[in-house]
Amino acid sequence: MSEASVAPASARAGQTVWPQLEQLLPKVSKPIQYVGGELGAVVKDWDAATVRWALSYPDAYEVGLPNQGVQILYEVLNEQPDVLAERTYAVWPDLEALMREHGVPQFTVDAHRPVRAFDLFGISFATELGYTNMLTMLSLAGIPLDSSERDESHPIVIAGGHAAFNPEPIADFIDAAVLGDGEEAVLEITAIVREWKAEGCPGGRDELLLRLARTESVYVPRFYDVDYLPDGRIQRVLPNRADVPFRVNKRTTMDLDAWPYPKKPLVPLAETVHERYAVEIFRGCTRGCRFCQAGMITRPVRERSITTIGEMVKEGLEFSGFGEVGLLSLSSADHSEIGDICSGLADQYEGSNVSLSLPSTRVDAFNIDLAQELSRNGRRTGLTFAPEGGSERIRKVINKMVSEEDLIRTVVTAYTNGWRQVKLYFMCGLPTETDEDVLQIARLAQEVIKAGRAATGSKDIRCTVSIGGFVPKPHTPFQWAAMASPETIDNRLKLLKQAINSDRSLGRAIGYRYHDGQPSLVEGLLSRGDRRVGAVIRRVWEGGGRFDGWSEHFSYDRWMTAANEALAPGVDVAWFTTRERDENEVLPWDHLDSGLDKEWLWQDWQESLSEYEQPDCRWTPCFDCGVCPSMDTEIQIGPTGKKLLPITPVNAGLKVPS
Amino acid sequence: MTGRRPKNQPEGGQAPVVQRIRLRYAKRGPMRFTSHRDFARAFERAILRAGVPIAYSQGFTPHPKVSYASAAPTGVASEAEYLEIGLRDRVDPGELARALDAALSPGLDVLDAVEAVGGSLADRIDASAWRVELPGVTAKAARQAVDVFLAAAEVPVERLTKQGRRTLDARGPVVRLDAPQPADVTPSEVGGVPCAILDLVVRQVTPSVRPDDILSGLLVAADLELPVPPRATRIAQGALTAQGELVDPLAADRDPAVIGAPLS
Repeated sequence: MSEASVAPASARAGQTVWPQLEQLLPKVSKPIQYVGGELGAVVKDWDAATVRWALSYPDAYEVGLPNQGVQILYEVLNEQPDVLAERTYAVWPDLEALMREHGVPQFTVDAHRPVRAFDLFGISFATELGYTNMLTMLSLAGIPLDSSERDESHPIVIAGGHAAFNPEPIADFIDAAVLGDGEEAVLEITAIVREWKAEGCPGGRDELLLRLARTESVYVPRFYDVDYLPDGRIQRVLPNRADVPFRVNKRTTMDLDAWPYPKKPLVPLAETVHERYAVEIFRGCTRGCRFCQAGMITRPVRERSITTIGEMVKEGLEFSGFGEVGLLSLSSADHSEIGDICSGLADQYEGSNVSLSLPSTRVDAFNIDLAQELSRNGRRTGLTFAPEGGSERIRKVINKMVSEEDLIRTVVTAYTNGWRQVKLYFMCGLPTETDEDVLQIARLAQEVIKAGRAATGSKDIRCTVSIGGFVPKPHTPFQWAAMASPETIDNRLKLLKQAINSDRSLGRAIGYRYHDGQPSLVEGLLSRGDRRVGAVIRRVWEGGGRFDGWSEHFSYDRWMTAANEALAPGVDVAWFTTRERDENEVLPWDHLDSGLDKEWLWQDWQESLSEYEQPDCRWTPCFDCGVCPSMDTEIQIGPTGKKLLPITPVNAGLKVPS
Repeated sequence: MTGRRPKNQPEGGQAPVVQRIRLRYAKRGPMRFTSHRDFARAFERAILRAGVPIAYSQGFTPHPKVSYASAAPTGVASEAEYLEIGLRDRVDPGELARALDAALSPGLDVLDAVEAVGGSLADRIDASAWRVELPGVTAKAARQAVDVFLAAAEVPVERLTKQGRRTLDARGPVVRLDAPQPADVTPSEVGGVPCAILDLVVRQVTPSVRPDDILSGLLVAADLELPVPPRATRIAQGALTAQGELVDPLAADRDPAVIGAPLS
């Protein structure tokens, strides 16, 4: 077998850079993040592996390590006997400078191997703001930024994660993108690479990419040409090769019980943003909130069964020693057996000092019942409700079906059940939004405090209003919408602040948190951008742009300057962000199939404008979004009728190694 | 009802401490880059993984009963870190050490465990012994710098702390500082590069004086430049004898007769 043609430097390819790196670590902040050695980490023999993956979440270790997607793929891949997967994260600028000075390349934290030596470099993008960090990693790895300049010795750079549903802005930098669930996709890609290598790498890199593209579920941007109209809009996107599909499908992992990962969660030594064992209790959401890209692109709903959840929690806690469990999903209170899951886990872990948490966006009393159940242990988690829109009207526009009475009643129930503080989450900059819609947030918060004081007889209650900027996303009914300008957003946020404080007594009990409009605009540019936006990303990175998700590193001016230089007049930032699209416009991601029928999306957009609410297809008839028939999938929900049994304390006592 | 619960206390309450155990542990190799907080988190998880019957503090957010003796700085290895835990059930100290060691990442190693019979760990520790390797520095250069440093009455050095820049005397707390000739020790020379070694005993003072402060002092007082970052290891902690030796802080627990006894 000729492996030499894949990696000419294979003799030294997988050799650790630890001795060089070790010299730099005393000079950087939080060096432990670069050391590896976490529980759950896997180091395999380089030479014994046929296919080698470097996996990355393109942010600092403290954000990247807890990422579920990377952890799941890491474990799935390493369970294959001939596959090796290691992880790499974005290094902070202090280490980046030292690495450049001393010639230390981008490395994996597991065995400190150069990323350049791997067959595949998979990057999971939860947000577009990680794009500049990808360029840093490629550059430090010694991989050409332009995919067209790479040869057989370079890894295949593959993007995944939700942002990969429109990878056009990074089309120049990646070799491929995978849409949707990764568990099965990474194994399929691995099999293709394994076979191609076994055959002696026929046809080189081009042939390998072609084989990936032929699966119809791996998008290889170089095999598609984009033509533009004179006015700057896209005319069409067409394959430039035979055998390449016109549209690329997303992947859907149907049976979550068959994929109970992570089984061995990574337990970091460094402090990270989430210190808990997280179990995904279902995937997908059909609540139909029109702003929510995650809810649209992850359909249909697929539940993990109560029994698998129970086993995962037990084994995950025993393995990791975490003191907290998070029951995650897009709307966890919607699991068909969530009541039994919560009470079952609360029984099992009573008196153990393990805390259980259930992030949920639902606004109803059921949420409070569940939180009560989970806090039986003594540890009370925070309560967050997400009405998302301040006025009844705007909530109809976004399809977040909750009435004002419901919201007030729910929050008051929380107060009367002993919660002294609740968090309310809203968005600003939604389609059709007026100043008045946003000002309603203040009135709502004041009503909540008034009613809470009346019901509890106490002044010792608070609520925090937290506002996020709305960014229209691809594959949602709002993909055609105009984004509000940062000035509009900032002005509404200012008016809202004044309105909250207009009554001093009530205002004192209301906390107010918000983000400025500027970062949202950049996110908007990257979310709905096309291949022309790649030049902006490159210019920002060349100008020093790093860690754009961090306010202390983000520079709006740098982005705007770069956009002015790199984009053609007329097709500027405003054209990509604050411009409303019409029905016939070819969108940059139209050739990427999330399963959603574009006609249905348009119809839902129109219904949004007429304030028509669309119920959930789990409990009402199918509304023909298109996902199930086009992807050959179906809703998978319980109830199974099973219960969580008490854990028999067989493991009580010290676990002394034999 | 035997009495009123204090205000703002949750019902139930936590089981009392029935046994206290003191551990000696090491921070080795790459794990020397753990900060004290990193170690503390890893240790609390190891307690859960190992099934240790740890006792918790009272209150709405109960904390496991773990208390640490002064921790080696981030980036400094150690063969002699100490902590004490409170347990709600009795265990065999040897088994506890093995269970915790297995539950911690390699490089964070539990070396010893004894049941505490009294006193406090802090009272039995007033100095530390360190070994510092200086790659790229000859033993002769190190010796000369040490001689100049020791001859000074005071060596003021600056350190950046969270409160800003502050000056402290690096000379005062130094009980012993040697740069043994290569014949005395086995220097870890890599590919013909010289590597001097410093043996150092420093009294615990406030603010603490650490190996990097001594190295700053050698630079300030004697122009000793380090081409490559040094590697420091804490070798021991304990009570300082008149002869400048350190007494194992767990010795008194192992053999209660030693408590208060003159140190040999």
